Amino acid sequence: MIAELATLLVTCVLINNVILNQFLGMCPFMGVSKKTSSAVGMGIAVVFVIVVASIVTYGLYYLVLVPLGLEFMDLITFILVIASLVQLTEMFIKKTSPSLYKSLGVYLPLITTNCVVLNVCLANISNGFDFIHMLVYSVGTPLGFALVLYIFSTIRERLELSEVPSAFKGNSIALIVAAIMALAFSGFAGLV
Amino acid sequence: MENSRLKAFKNGLIKENPVFSLFLGICSTLAITTCVDNAIGMGIAVIIVLTMSNIIISLIRNITPDEIRIPVYIVVIATLVKIIQMLISAYAPSLNTSLGVFIPLIVVNCIILGRAEAFASKNNPMDSAIDGIGMGIGYTLAVLTMSLIREVISTGGFIVSNPFTTEKIFGITFIPEEYCISLFSSPVGAFITFACLAAAVGAYKAYADKKEAEAEKAKEVK
Repeated sequence: MIAELATLLVTCVLINNVILNQFLGMCPFMGVSKKTSSAVGMGIAVVFVIVVASIVTYGLYYLVLVPLGLEFMDLITFILVIASLVQLTEMFIKKTSPSLYKSLGVYLPLITTNCVVLNVCLANISNGFDFIHMLVYSVGTPLGFALVLYIFSTIRERLELSEVPSAFKGNSIALIVAAIMALAFSGFAGLV
Repeated sequence: MENSRLKAFKNGLIKENPVFSLFLGICSTLAITTCVDNAIGMGIAVIIVLTMSNIIISLIRNITPDEIRIPVYIVVIATLVKIIQMLISAYAPSLNTSLGVFIPLIVVNCIILGRAEAFASKNNPMDSAIDGIGMGIGYTLAVLTMSLIREVISTGGFIVSNPFTTEKIFGITFIPEEYCISLFSSPVGAFITFACLAAAVGAYKAYADKKEAEAEKAKEVK
């Protein structure tokens, strides 16, 4: 049981990484990776939102939607849960820690449109996970997101200082870097 | 007025292409462009959702309270996407399996919410519909170009088939099999293709801006 859960964790952090392998969450990946500090803040916020959102949507789906036979309402319910959760998180952080709120800035409300969150909620259901597997998957996936985001931001900080062909400046060269990272991460495929 | 509409429509195709120049909706662009079939299916789905959501949001723009407009937009978009998803899974099951989770993820595609917020919430339904079609075609062109490049390099040619019956309509081969680079069907190829295309669009944009500036200068001299 524990070995199986560990495998699932390694799979979703390294092998089946959300960004480099499934291309989810590209917007914050490109947008927030210019500075290491904001990348770390974004990573933590995403981990928090995804864990809470998965638990809430998982409960809602099996305790409310399935008994009522309303499974087709999943998309609408989930996106509303995510939107209100992000709003709540924003209000909570604003009240308790204004400094963290300031450093996260505009990226906090943007978590709503981060496809990783919706994808994790949908995958929990479509993979038929039980509660513990769901929990491991919902922690591992955003951890992989945060890890890659952090590595990428450190590379991008270096990139600012190097000379780049003018057409490739900005996002294009960053995507080439992402391609090389994806190549490196594909080496993990034999791990499990 | 007609002229400016046409110009806005054309702008969405290259210069303000939502994918390559505004970097919106790149998640699905990178993921579903492994073959031309997927790109066509996804492009049509996005055009329909984008046009419909633009029209509906534009119709309700005056009765939507400002504070809760984002949740309202998201509910409208999610409803439309769910309808499209149900239609696709009923009539084109093979497309449904190959696009997978990226159909429901149209809900969080930045292009759709972005156009709702930036355009449809301020303009009348007619203009919003045109904007939706223009941006949708811009997205479709982007995914088509990318999938064409990737499929040709990774398999040597491309195949177009009927999404409803999975029957092959059209297929062509350019490169013999031993010269294909299968890496291009993997994530690495997606990133590289996208980076090169984005750089090309960026270079074209810089060139067009320079030409425009020069033309203006020449006018001033006269």
